[in-house]
Amino acid sequence: MQLHVSTSDGVPLYLQIANQVKYLVASGRLVPGDEVPPIRVLAHQLLINPNTVARAYLELEREGVVHKRHGSGTYVSDAGSPLARKERLRIISERVDVLLAEARHLNVEPLELLKVIKERSQSIQPKETK
Amino acid sequence: MNTSAEPNAVDITGLSRKFGPKLALNQVSLQVRRGRVFGLVGANGAGKTTLIKHVLGRLKAESGLVRVFGFDPVADPVAVLSRVGYLSENRDLPAWMRVDELLRYTAAFYPKWDIAYAEELREQFGLDPRAKIKTLSRGEHAKAGLLIALAYRPELLLLDEPSSGLDPVVRRDILEAIIRTVADEGRTVFFSSHLLEEVERVADDLAMMFNGKVVLAGALDDVKESHHRLVFRFDSPQQTTPKVPGVLSLTGGGQEWTAICNGKRDEAVAAAARVGGMVVSEDSPSLDEIFVAWAGTKTE
Repeated sequence: MQLHVSTSDGVPLYLQIANQVKYLVASGRLVPGDEVPPIRVLAHQLLINPNTVARAYLELEREGVVHKRHGSGTYVSDAGSPLARKERLRIISERVDVLLAEARHLNVEPLELLKVIKERSQSIQPKETK
Repeated sequence: MNTSAEPNAVDITGLSRKFGPKLALNQVSLQVRRGRVFGLVGANGAGKTTLIKHVLGRLKAESGLVRVFGFDPVADPVAVLSRVGYLSENRDLPAWMRVDELLRYTAAFYPKWDIAYAEELREQFGLDPRAKIKTLSRGEHAKAGLLIALAYRPELLLLDEPSSGLDPVVRRDILEAIIRTVADEGRTVFFSSHLLEEVERVADDLAMMFNGKVVLAGALDDVKESHHRLVFRFDSPQQTTPKVPGVLSLTGGGQEWTAICNGKRDEAVAAAARVGGMVVSEDSPSLDEIFVAWAGTKTE
């Protein structure tokens, strides 16, 4: 699991970690049953306070993304899918907001923007193999 | 004040100190809780080192109270110093000693000195045991100082500007040492720094000092979540800084101005609206930006 945290970002570090784990789950790079690194290991890897990692895991546990197995570690939960979808939509909505704001500054109407998205989507389709 | 049975690692209440006419510390109160990493932030001359000297008992409180694990560092230096590993800003190590001599010499003072741990750190830090202290590079010198602060596993690790003037590789070693200290047996770290990026990485709690005063203190996450960055767009270009009371700072030019505010977000938005400013974007400032915003406020 490769995470990156940035201190130039205003978002608290524990939220950056929680969001990235959710992103990894939503995008399928972490699947149910996968173990996430122990708190100390991740703290050392990211060079941040272990309490911050613990808080991120607690947050993820509360939201049902991961669960603890007593004495062994923290694992990605099975019931990840409905949340994953919600999370996927949340992530994409944020990007869309940025795009819309930029479009407005450049005087591009939403309908015109939609057309551009369709065109671009078609043009990149062949390259995108799953 | 802490009223529970277990005293805080550091408890400072209403501490003031004058050097001649200059008020170096002005009614400083702060608590460093056990098992936490506390970052003390401030520009040079803000009073950080003076504060740390009080914690070590090198300065006696003129007014106010200083307690370390419940002990008075001036009245009971042994109780305090046996629990504290200290790395000073200028890392005053005996220049004529060799690294191995420094370790043996320091070990003699501390019954709890861990020879195996000291050796492990020496190897990890790449210090040649036969090298003379005075021949060490700046980074090696800092690592030697850190080694002797860590090797008796103090309950409180106290670091005064630990990474000041050091390259990123050595700074990484220092951050790792801080993280390891708290990860091991929940010991406590109190460090001062002007590198906000490092404070943000490792601190649980922080205090910001300006001119001898603590202007902001709390859990790092709370501090971050209570500050907002608002970008206002005005109907017409503003020749002078618009009057938006309640914000810590307002910078920019022309039609767009960026405000940093603490908590009072809605008041700031309403105040800006009265002078023709609308919010065009809003997000969270970094700790660095929060610090700069507070530095610009008038603190007497």
